[in-house]
Amino acid sequence: MQVMINGKAEEIAGGTVLDLLKAKSIEPQMVAVEVNDTMLERTHLETTQLKDGDHVEFLFYMGGGR
Amino acid sequence: MEFTETQINRYSRHILLPEVGGKGQKKIIQAKVLIVGAGGLGSPAALYLAAAGIGTIGLIDSDVVDLSNLQRQVIHQTPDVGRPKVVSGKEKIQALNPDVNVVMYEERLTAGNALKIMGGYDVVIDGVDNFPTKFLINDACYFAGKPLVHGGILRFDGRVTTIIPKQSACYRCVFKKPPPEGLVASCQEAGVIGVLAGIIGTIQATEALKLILGIGRPLTDRLLDFDARRTQFREIRIKRNPDCPLCGERPTITELMEDGDVAGPTCALPGQRNL
Repeated sequence: MQVMINGKAEEIAGGTVLDLLKAKSIEPQMVAVEVNDTMLERTHLETTQLKDGDHVEFLFYMGGGR
Repeated sequence: MEFTETQINRYSRHILLPEVGGKGQKKIIQAKVLIVGAGGLGSPAALYLAAAGIGTIGLIDSDVVDLSNLQRQVIHQTPDVGRPKVVSGKEKIQALNPDVNVVMYEERLTAGNALKIMGGYDVVIDGVDNFPTKFLINDACYFAGKPLVHGGILRFDGRVTTIIPKQSACYRCVFKKPPPEGLVASCQEAGVIGVLAGIIGTIQATEALKLILGIGRPLTDRLLDFDARRTQFREIRIKRNPDCPLCGERPTITELMEDGDVAGPTCALPGQRNL
């Protein structure tokens, strides 16, 4: 199925948001995840099943400034 | 107040704009902006806000200028190495526009001083380089009811968002708490392309001016992410989070406190390269 990840269409096998994070080697503590414009609680990463056409945003901390 | 002839001349390109005019320029002259961090983001923000005629600019920074700062912190120059950043910053601002009153705070922003310092300002600009202070600024602006223009830069990526407390999504609506300390590397290790500070810092200055003038549409409920490698901006819609620990329905943060150790600058993100 196809989902939009950070604005780009990607084919994924399906599964949960946590599965997707694992597939991309992203440490869940280092990212905030929005699915279809709603922020996901960390505890819901594992229970949220991705559906065809979902819009997923991985928002990484960006801390610099000086 | 009445403009002097010098002011009319200095600000003529603003006064010509129907959205600014004499009335708007007077708002700018009466405005007070606090810039936390006189570094990469704070430098361009301070210079453009000074040029615009902001009446009072507060600069908070406890550091001295280091040679490695000059690649991006354009308010400081080679002879300033070793001098306090707030002193160097004040000199450049006043050389650019002697009308600006610069208030120097040669200290760190802490839970103890934040509300007192912010109390005197209309808008706060985040130009700091560590997460605990970014969260502290977000929280302090919430408790002080001050609009905040948040910015962050890392490697080739930058981000800006405007936060109007109790009206739009705050930093904790997206990122509930600072990242675990063991997982973030230092800015020195991560690096940053210097010009990015100019791009993001000037957008922050633009947002501050819009808030002061009450014009346009503020960058609220949106993260504006910039990728310098592709020269692409991307806007990510965000919204107030009912589970936000600060401004949500059942807040767990009910008074200002420091969240994590502010000792070291942190900014690198394992995993980001995988996208």
